[in-house]
Amino acid sequence: MVGLALTACAASDRDTGGDDDGATDGGRDTFIFAASGDPSSLDPAFASDGETFRVARQIFEGLVGVEPGTADPAPLLAESWDVSDDGLEYTFTLKEGVTFHDGTAFDGDAVCANFERWNNFTGVLQSESLSYYWQKVNGGFASSDVESLNGTGKYESCEAPDAGTAVVHLRSPLPELVSALSLPAFAMQSPTALEKYDADGVTGDGEAPVLPEYATGHPTGTGPFVFESWSPGEEVVLSAYEDYWGEQGQVRRIVFPIISDATARRQALQAGDIDGYDLVGPADVVALEEAGFQIVNREPFNVLYLGMNQGNPDLADLRVRQAIAHAINKEALVAQTLPEGTEVATNFVPPSVAGWNADVATYDYDPDKARALLAEAGRSALTIDFNYPTNVSRPYMPTPEQVFTAIEADLEAVGITVNAVPDPWNPEYLDRIQGGADHGLHLLGWTGDYNDTYNFIGVFFGGTSNEWGFDNPELFAAINDARYVADLDAQTEAYEAANAAILDFLPGVPLAHPVPSLAFKADVRGYPASPVQDEVYNVITLGD
Amino acid sequence: MTRLILRRLALLVPTLLGLSVLLFLWVRALPGGPATALLGERATPDAVARINELYGFDRPLPQQYVTWLGQLLQGNFGVSTRTGRPVLDEFMSRFPATIELSLVALLVAVGVGIPLGYVAARRQGRLVDHAAVVTSLLGVTIPVFFLAFLLKWLFAVQLGWFPSAGRQDPAMVATHPTGFYVLDGLATREWDASWDALVHLVLPALALGTIPLAIIARITRASVIDVQHADYVRTARAKGLSPTHVRGRVILHNAMLPVSTTIGLQIGLLLSGAVLTETVFAFPGVGKFLADAVFNLDYAVLQGFILLIAVVYALVNLAVDVSYGLIDPRMRTR
Repeated sequence: MVGLALTACAASDRDTGGDDDGATDGGRDTFIFAASGDPSSLDPAFASDGETFRVARQIFEGLVGVEPGTADPAPLLAESWDVSDDGLEYTFTLKEGVTFHDGTAFDGDAVCANFERWNNFTGVLQSESLSYYWQKVNGGFASSDVESLNGTGKYESCEAPDAGTAVVHLRSPLPELVSALSLPAFAMQSPTALEKYDADGVTGDGEAPVLPEYATGHPTGTGPFVFESWSPGEEVVLSAYEDYWGEQGQVRRIVFPIISDATARRQALQAGDIDGYDLVGPADVVALEEAGFQIVNREPFNVLYLGMNQGNPDLADLRVRQAIAHAINKEALVAQTLPEGTEVATNFVPPSVAGWNADVATYDYDPDKARALLAEAGRSALTIDFNYPTNVSRPYMPTPEQVFTAIEADLEAVGITVNAVPDPWNPEYLDRIQGGADHGLHLLGWTGDYNDTYNFIGVFFGGTSNEWGFDNPELFAAINDARYVADLDAQTEAYEAANAAILDFLPGVPLAHPVPSLAFKADVRGYPASPVQDEVYNVITLGD
Repeated sequence: MTRLILRRLALLVPTLLGLSVLLFLWVRALPGGPATALLGERATPDAVARINELYGFDRPLPQQYVTWLGQLLQGNFGVSTRTGRPVLDEFMSRFPATIELSLVALLVAVGVGIPLGYVAARRQGRLVDHAAVVTSLLGVTIPVFFLAFLLKWLFAVQLGWFPSAGRQDPAMVATHPTGFYVLDGLATREWDASWDALVHLVLPALALGTIPLAIIARITRASVIDVQHADYVRTARAKGLSPTHVRGRVILHNAMLPVSTTIGLQIGLLLSGAVLTETVFAFPGVGKFLADAVFNLDYAVLQGFILLIAVVYALVNLAVDVSYGLIDPRMRTR
């Protein structure tokens, strides 16, 4: 009898959290979202990939967030900020009454501790596979064995005059700082927990860094969800943070089962095992919708382009590049091969980014003009290599083979003979495009991290590269100078001018901004689709 | 017997050493490297070079091998470049899943295979026999991944009878002290968790167990047919032993020797089949992690996992050899 009673107790201690149990608003309270892979680390400062950020955005918050549904910066842990006229001093006024998951207070000192931590990463922590974003945005560390990173950062110091204020001092202007602070890599973490669980104690035994306890089991932020468990290869589990400063919402528990195969994710949704998943293949959209599932689109924050390697003498001729641009029927390409809602691209940045320019040269579809330009260049019988990746689906390029086929047909129509060179995506294709000069036309793209033009054109055209094979110091300077113009309006103008210069020089043809899709069960409501994937699940409602 | 075991264990050393060289070279012959896999599509040559330097991939191959071997001898299997955790930890945390799956698959294979083969043999040439032969032929020829996919599509996606992925319903909160989910549920009295784990095992175990089932059925059939016409069976009958005794103690017992060898060999097949089955069902075991490591060019995991699987395979075979002694007294004196 006693045994029975004990059993009953043991069983009732357990929170079932199942479909019908423990719900708050009459519906379910566990949200199950399939991830395509494990987080690379639970410490977002060491991450740069989408799966890590997806988890991190539930646990952590940054000083800056984004306006829902856009890429524009908005207050989050900082209620407001003030930038000095010289662009060297950022004063953040912090939200009050915020606590980290370990109960410690979020205040000015905590903000400074985080900035100091990033800037003082040493040794293995300076590897680009760990502190990628601090390097990209700040440009260096307090000190480093690597010459180009040694004391070269924009960040100078941070002070907290009172609990509700943090002041960040820069050595030289970094206008993208506010936008960049919306990245989970710069989320606020509890200084107490960072120290307690030895967050910077990344050890290496010569083959790979070993992550410390903090990054594998104790991430401590201020977000609406608290870390519960991570079984690598299986699932990550989070639960609601009882003392969250904002609205907690209906979802009390989030599970990210890890399903690496795209087909398996779709089938898991169809079988009712999960509530939703990301990166829905365009071919699955219609079938899922017909079966009663919801398709939610993000506003595209990416670009798919056709690169033209000027290391190839034919492509070094501007007239040939123009001819190719005029030969491609972008509207037809988008309609035939890309998901519904995809926009035709004219710039190398999406329209939602500030430096996007409506007045760039657009190279409208005109096969006759293309033929004329080829004849003028003396290359009417041009044969050219066309590289494209196989068996891969990127958010900006769901079906590369189809895009290739459509462009190939357009080029053949104006008399260009295309020599198809397919390669597996990684490492063969990427190696060929980025590691050497042996390529011609090629398909590639980029999804932006935050609202900043440099995050697109700086990545592509910030300097000489194997991919593009040209050296145009004037263009490089236009882009790199624009990055550090302190006045935002002047910077936007400089970026617009840079975008116009790029399209005149035409190193490649921007093709499209494809729409990324997510799929959900019919009763998942209010998913906060965001172009920069700033999606926190406390606003979701489940069930009828 | 002790000597046999010791000799076999001693033989294991050169085998593993040879395997380690082959593995090391094979992994490094894969195109690309872990740096490109880690850094993604905007990796600069500088960043790749720094990662290679950091992890020692820029050193000469013999030096890399000696370093790796030196660490192996100290029980250090290295660190996964993808997860940043020790390879041995990654293996041990996933191994229970694969053992659980393989055991259930083996149970299906043996539990159905032996009776099927036996019945077919006893009804040799009749309809039951033909049906069994055709079924087992199908079972042997169907690729594991295709069967896995088919089972999943039909029973999980279309009919919704079984879950399509994983080891446990994500909405269920359960404690896992050992990593063997079915047993965990029984030990902690979380019956629903145990049942749920078992339900998750059904489709993967069927997919994984079908080929061994077919092979075991064929071998059992052939062996029983062989034995039941042997002189000593006739003698046993002539002595007036009951038919039940003849069938159980004489025919089946003697027919089991080749079958047990086959079962031992199937365990290797289960481990390799687990890579495909676990991938299709997103079943978080050793096989799925290994498959993911191929795509991420995670050298340490590829080398460590395959080596560890080889050790398991060798030990299982040894155990099978030892078990012969228990079935066949003649083996004990050899």
